[in-house]
Amino acid sequence: MLGTLSTPELSSLLALSPSIDQIGTLERIARIQARSIKGAAKLQGLRMALSMIDLTTLEGKDTPAKVRQLCYKAQHLHDQAPDLPTVAAVCVYPTMVGVAKKALGASGIKVASVSTAFPSGQAPFEVKKLDTLYALDNGADEIDMVISRGRFLAGDYQFVYDEIAAIKALCGVARLKVIFETGELDSLDQVRKISDLAIAAGADFIKTSTGKIQPAATFPVVHTMLGAIKDHFDKTGQMIGMKPAGGISSSKLALQHLLMVKEVLGEAWLTNEWYRFGASSLANDLLMQYQKQLTGKYQSAAYFSID
Amino acid sequence: MSNSTWNLVPSLESVAQVQIKPQYELFIDGKWQAPLSASYFATVNPADEKHLAQIAQANAADVDLAVKAARAAYDNVWSQLSGAERGKYLFRIARLMQEKARELAVLETLDGGKPIRESRDIDIPLACNHFFYYAGWADKLQEAFPGQQMEALGVAGQITPWNFPLLMLAWKVAPALACGNTVVLKPAETTSLTALKFAEICQEAGLPAGVVNIVTGYGDTGAALVAHPNVDKIAFTGSTAVGKQIQKACIGTSKKVTLELGGKSANIILEDAPIDQAVEGIINSIFFNQGHVCCAGSRLFVQESIAEQVLDKLKFRLQSIYVGNPLDKNTDIGAINSKKQLETIEKYLSIGLAEGAEIYQPECTLPSQGFYCKPTIFTDVAQSARIAQEEIFGPVLTIQTFRTMEEVVQKANNSPYGLAAGVWTANGARIFGLSSQLQAGVVWANTYNKFDPASPFGGYKESGFGREGGRHGLSAYLQFKN
Repeated sequence: MLGTLSTPELSSLLALSPSIDQIGTLERIARIQARSIKGAAKLQGLRMALSMIDLTTLEGKDTPAKVRQLCYKAQHLHDQAPDLPTVAAVCVYPTMVGVAKKALGASGIKVASVSTAFPSGQAPFEVKKLDTLYALDNGADEIDMVISRGRFLAGDYQFVYDEIAAIKALCGVARLKVIFETGELDSLDQVRKISDLAIAAGADFIKTSTGKIQPAATFPVVHTMLGAIKDHFDKTGQMIGMKPAGGISSSKLALQHLLMVKEVLGEAWLTNEWYRFGASSLANDLLMQYQKQLTGKYQSAAYFSID
Repeated sequence: MSNSTWNLVPSLESVAQVQIKPQYELFIDGKWQAPLSASYFATVNPADEKHLAQIAQANAADVDLAVKAARAAYDNVWSQLSGAERGKYLFRIARLMQEKARELAVLETLDGGKPIRESRDIDIPLACNHFFYYAGWADKLQEAFPGQQMEALGVAGQITPWNFPLLMLAWKVAPALACGNTVVLKPAETTSLTALKFAEICQEAGLPAGVVNIVTGYGDTGAALVAHPNVDKIAFTGSTAVGKQIQKACIGTSKKVTLELGGKSANIILEDAPIDQAVEGIINSIFFNQGHVCCAGSRLFVQESIAEQVLDKLKFRLQSIYVGNPLDKNTDIGAINSKKQLETIEKYLSIGLAEGAEIYQPECTLPSQGFYCKPTIFTDVAQSARIAQEEIFGPVLTIQTFRTMEEVVQKANNSPYGLAAGVWTANGARIFGLSSQLQAGVVWANTYNKFDPASPFGGYKESGFGREGGRHGLSAYLQFKN
């Protein structure tokens, strides 16, 4: 069914997207946030969160050296703490994919590349394809594409659908994450609609944001996207991954997000195969809390490397 | 990283800051007085059946003393104060309750079995807010009823239930005092402790002696209060059966009566509803406070086209409902309030099975001590089934489907009760269309079990009469001169 929906078919699919009640969503989230994640559950959660990070650098001033440094951190989060997991992936611009691929070697850590004229997506479709192919040719394991928000908001769903389906076709074995930039979408109803559309078009993961626009991975937005993943799974048995990105910088938030995944989707999603955090500063806070859980003491931030 | 289970570990609220006395006396005329009855009864923690305290059992003579104290306080002190002065006392009480919120929450959970999350986040904050709200009305009664002259009724006898002990006390005491009445309160026998703590707060607030009196005991204590000739008003929240007795007892007397009684409220989900939020609404409507809620949405009506999906989602949602120790901050459903109530619920579970309904309960391990009931869903329920007609007052939901609006309105209204209803739809016109046809005192749209001091609450039909809360709640404690 990949990329094969006609306009009427797509319309009837999107007509099935349920409406999302903002207030009810906030209440549900409040219930999750009121939970107390302590002791062994906290330790396990922190390890899980560390293993789900897409360690990210997406700046104009990125250098090969910085990317190599990040790749080292990805494999050695905090060598002072024994038996830590590694992160899931390193996420970079297409021009840095080759550098990252080499630096990560056989570590098993994936290289994710943003593409399709990240972050705005404001480029002709041919350019977006070339962008993606460049990343894939350099060895990207995962493609984080952005959607054309302008076309989506204009109601041109077929355009957005076709674009995602075409990039998916290029990806081959690489997994495709589709970034919605929810901070530019108007409502949770829109978030739900784009989630259903992207999943139908072949997204392996759906992702909230580029990290360049605020608000980014808010709880209501992530909750709405998880709902779309759950409904798709209930209907088809196919799992889709979730990647909140932007704004989740503390352990507390990360643990609450994981609990939301557990309660909304179930424990099958609690692995980095199906869940990722797009983050740069989260890792150190997780490490700090992890050490606190182990030793009972907070260590100075100076003990954790900034990469 | 491979899949593994990730389970929360118990996170118990501390009970260290709560002082429970071994024995409580009656609170009459601003003092703790040993009961003339010389008898006491035990209150237990329903979560583990452990003894908490001995409570004085007031007899008719004790009630008489309390009414005399309330009458004297009314004549000599309270009726002489300006509204602004009464308001000051109420504000002071509200602030003291807020300061002691944590202690009150733990006490409520220990004595009644409700999850600490609810007593901490809902019961106690709402109770405080009721006092703040009515404190504000105390000097504005003229503005509440413009152009009318009014005065207090006198002595109000108030009987509160065990499901929201302190909150129901606040619903009754705050408006009564704001309007200038004095009070004799009889809390439910299984949950007296927060009312007795409230008596300490009244002392600490310097409330004049006799303005609030608390007589603990069983139904006969309440009956003595209802029968007392010097009581001007009876406000009761509890079962419809007892409400009817009270109504009969007050016929031919000058007592004014308001009754908040039982319910079998309909929660209606239309096919265009925001479905995940509606499922959460079901959880909030029937599993809030173990289903010990008079306005619980115990009858669920789902439009046929989405019924299967709603049921599947509901069953999945129930897997992340934690049932167990009420002091655990992660507990969603705590202990059933008493052995007697657990027996009632279990009786209805058997009735449901005998009636041929299909039962669903999620997998969960209940504590071995204490009174617990799994959240329960009955499907294939007939409108004439007893489980769909009678109030169970537990975490038990019946589900019926419907096709047309006409059908669901008829089924929803086909009940002797009429307390509340819920309507779930993304279509605004349907909200207004349905809510205007439902015979219920409260109709929630796209939410359920929302309470606010500014919002009146009360029932149609056998769910009672009179309104508590809001400006309406004042008129239950005033008489008007025109």
